[in-house]
Amino acid sequence: MKKLINDATAVVGDSLAGFELAHSDLIRVDRQLNVVYRLDAPVTGKVGLVSGGGSGHEPLHAGFVGHGMLDAACAGAVFTSPTPDQIVAATRTVDGGAGILHLVKNYTGDIMNFEMAAELAAAEADVRVEAVVIDDDVAVQDSLYTAGRRGVGLTVLAEKIAGAAAEAGADLDAVAAIARRVNANGRSMGIALTGCTPPEKGSPIFELGDDEMEVGIGIHGEPGRERRPLAPASQVAELLVEPILADLDYRGAEIIAFVNGLGATPLIELYLMYAEVERIVSAAGARIVRSLVGPYITSLEMAGCSVTLLRADDELIKLWDAPVATPGLRRGM
Amino acid sequence: MTLDLAAVVAWMSLYGAQLEVHKQHLIELDSQIGDGDHGANMDRGFKKVVELDPVAFASPSDYLKKVGLTLISTVGGASGPLYGTFFLRLAQTWPGAGSDEPAAQTDETAALGVALRAGLVGVQERGKAVEGDKTMVDALAPAVAAYELAAGQGLAVALRAAADAAAAGRDATIPLVARKGRASYLGERSSGHQDPGATSLALLFETACQALGGDRA
Repeated sequence: MKKLINDATAVVGDSLAGFELAHSDLIRVDRQLNVVYRLDAPVTGKVGLVSGGGSGHEPLHAGFVGHGMLDAACAGAVFTSPTPDQIVAATRTVDGGAGILHLVKNYTGDIMNFEMAAELAAAEADVRVEAVVIDDDVAVQDSLYTAGRRGVGLTVLAEKIAGAAAEAGADLDAVAAIARRVNANGRSMGIALTGCTPPEKGSPIFELGDDEMEVGIGIHGEPGRERRPLAPASQVAELLVEPILADLDYRGAEIIAFVNGLGATPLIELYLMYAEVERIVSAAGARIVRSLVGPYITSLEMAGCSVTLLRADDELIKLWDAPVATPGLRRGM
Repeated sequence: MTLDLAAVVAWMSLYGAQLEVHKQHLIELDSQIGDGDHGANMDRGFKKVVELDPVAFASPSDYLKKVGLTLISTVGGASGPLYGTFFLRLAQTWPGAGSDEPAAQTDETAALGVALRAGLVGVQERGKAVEGDKTMVDALAPAVAAYELAAGQGLAVALRAAADAAAAGRDATIPLVARKGRASYLGERSSGHQDPGATSLALLFETACQALGGDRA
C-alpha cells in the first residue's frame, strides 16, 4: 500500500480536518461526528437536504455541501455507511422548519441507518423527514427479492437538482418528487481498469491483470457483470451505454450526460470517453443537452469510469443550470 | 432470578471475547461474499459494549438498551442496525421488563422466549430478510423456533436447543444464493460460502448457553 496518510485508522477524520481548513468559506465540520454542514445552515424556511455514505467516494458527499446542493453530509468510515447518531444530528441541525429530505444510495447498510435515523429524528425532535433512495446501476439485476440496484453516479445529479429545487423554495413533497423523478429517469454503468485499496485493509479489494477490465463495477470494488479483455475506448463506451439504453427508452429524449472518473483515470481519458458516449447516444436518437465530466463519485484510487444518462425535461434542466456553490461543484455564483 | 443483570453482562463479556477470537474468521468469510468488514465491525462494537460499567444500570433491560444503542452508533454498515435492533427489542421484552413484579414469580424461560421472538421480529422488520436469503435470519429464526419448542424443559435445555439450531442454520447457509445485503450482487457466485452474519449470530447463542443457561460444554 502506497498512500499519503499518517494512520490508516484515522484517514477520514484527518481528511475532513483539511477539508474544513480548505473550504471554510462554504462549510463547517463537526469533527466529533464527522458531519459536514453548509456554513449558513439551518436556512430558515428551506427544506434541508441531508445525504451521506461511506467515505472514499470524494468529492461525494461532503464536496457537495453548500448553496444549491446539500445542507449536510455524514461521512462514514471508508466504504461503511454512517451511523444513525450522525444522521440524526445532521437532520436536527439543518432543520429550518420546512422538513428534511434524506438522499440515500441503495445499499443495505445505508438504507437501515438512514431509516433508523429518520425514526429517531421524528420521535425526538418532531422533524418531518422524507427519504428518496437512488438506485441507478443497471449492472445489478433488479428484483423484489434482492437488495436491488446500487446507487452510483446519478446520486450527484440528484443532489444538484433536488438541491436547486429546495433552494428555489419548493416544499418537502415537491423536493422529494423532483428527486424521485431524477431517479426514475436516470441510469448508470461503470467499468474498472484496476482495483482499489481501502487504507485499513491495506491490500486491493480485487486485482485485475494488465489486459483485463471489470465491466459493471460498483463504487466499492464489488464485482461487476463480467471480467473481459481490455478493449479500445469506443468498445468500452458501447459496453457502458448499450445496457443503459436497453433499460430505459431514451429515444427522442434530451439528456444530461455524466462521464465520471472513478479516482485514478485522468480527464484526458474521460473526455475521450465522453466523445464516444456522445456518438452512441446520438446514433440512438437522443440528444445530450448538458454534461458533466470529471471525478465526482469515486472509488478511492480505482482507475475506470462510469456513465450516467438522465432524461431531462425543461424543469430538470432549469434546476441543473441553477447557481451552485459547493467545494466540489461551483458555478453561477 | 437467573436472567439478571449479572448474567446478561456475563453473556456480553463472553460474546465480546469470542468475537475477538473469531474476528479473522469472520473477516475471511465476509471477504469471500461481502466487503470484508464484518469481523472488524462486530469486534469494534462489542469492545465498546464490554467497556460499559454494569454499576450504571438498574436492570437487565436498562443495560440491554445501552448495548443496542452502543452497537447502532459504533458498528455501522448493516450489522449495526440489525444487532442494535435485536438488543433494543430484547431490552423492551426481557423477563421482568416494564413490570414491578419480580421476574422470579413468572416463568423466566417462557418469558425469554417472548423476548427472543421480539428480537427476531425486530431484525426482520429492519432488514426485510426472510429465511433462505443467506443472512443472520437463517440462524436466528430456527434458534428462536427451537427455543420455543424446548421451553417446557427448562432454560438450559431450551438455550442448548436454540444454539444447536442456530449452528445448523449457519451451516445451511453455505449452498444458498444471497438475496439480501452486499453478497446479493454476486448472485449465483455467493453459493458455496458460509454467511458471516449467520456465523456471528450462531456464536451469540452458543455464548448464551454458557452465560445464561449454565452450559459449560
